[in-house]
Amino acid sequence: MFPLSSTMELTQVTSLGLAVLIGIGFGFFLEKAGFGSARKLVAVFYFYDMAVVKVMFTAIVTAMIGLFLFSTLGLLDMAELYIEPSNYPAAILGGIVFGVGFVIGGYCPGTSLTAAATGKLDGMAFLGGIFVASYAYAELFSGFDTWLASSAHPDVTLPALTGIPMGWWVLAFIGFLALAGWGMSAAERKFAGLRP
Amino acid sequence: MSSLTVPGTTPREATKAAPSPYWNPYVAGFGLGLVLLAAYLIAGRGLGATGAFSSVAAWIANALSPEHAQATAVHARYLASGTPLEAWLVWLLFGSAIGSAVSGYTAGRMAISVERGPRVTDNQRLVFALVGGIIAGLGAKIARGCTSGQALTGAAILNAGSLVFMLSVFAAAYAVAWSYKKEWL
Repeated sequence: MFPLSSTMELTQVTSLGLAVLIGIGFGFFLEKAGFGSARKLVAVFYFYDMAVVKVMFTAIVTAMIGLFLFSTLGLLDMAELYIEPSNYPAAILGGIVFGVGFVIGGYCPGTSLTAAATGKLDGMAFLGGIFVASYAYAELFSGFDTWLASSAHPDVTLPALTGIPMGWWVLAFIGFLALAGWGMSAAERKFAGLRP
Repeated sequence: MSSLTVPGTTPREATKAAPSPYWNPYVAGFGLGLVLLAAYLIAGRGLGATGAFSSVAAWIANALSPEHAQATAVHARYLASGTPLEAWLVWLLFGSAIGSAVSGYTAGRMAISVERGPRVTDNQRLVFALVGGIIAGLGAKIARGCTSGQALTGAAILNAGSLVFMLSVFAAAYAVAWSYKKEWL
């Protein structure tokens, strides 16, 4: 039955309309979480407000449980879902560069849009930076990009890699979230003095 | 009122009524997770943000010189899936801007302002934001995704490369955060 994109003939207008609806939900919860604020976001790197990790981790675990339940009940064909091919060197290098940009810029791409949409000029500057980078990447690194795509491996998920079924991973992530939640509360108390 | 003002906000913002508090992070995260799940169930793919910028970049490059854009692999890849107005991620971001604005407006958080730490000027902060955006944008292009398209979307489906990306992001950010504490603390 799911994903609808595989089982129903969605017209382009319907598909793009659904993108807008999903986007509205995306932006709404990002803003509600406080992610339109650069200081709220970077606080995670100084430990006095761990909201970024709490929100991300909860979202990941929620979606993971949902995917697992829908697929276990036979309502979702997981094989139909798009999974970005894995390329570890690119993930590590890109991740490191991205992490540095996150600290300096105070946002990530999705949250900079939330900031810009609520009037933050620094969010708009960050968005401008992503656009410059996207254009420059295409102009300067197209050869590198072609190599990246050719050296990536499709469908490398933890269950496929380890042979341990998804259900166990879901349980492990739930357990880890509970443990991390407790640890993060302790960190927030310990580093409360850093809050400007 | 002094307890309501925080360093880094503009006077304009500080004199207004205090905005609603942010939601509990676990509640907001649950909502975000349901949106991500809905994206998977409806569209067969998760969320994303950076791809939209490449669509627009490719479209502009094509308008300037179609021959050059077609000869540039990354531009050509995005042009192959049509104009930005046909791109799923562009509409997702359009919706995200609406959702953000609705939430921000109803919570009293809509204000023209510059978010910064107490020890930098507005202009310094804007330069940092632009430079950070360029660096983060480059990282997202190299990794084929950002915190939305790789970290959230990929981790939910236990994609190994996405988990490696997410760990690398946080490892690098924590490693350099102390060097940039003047910008934020």
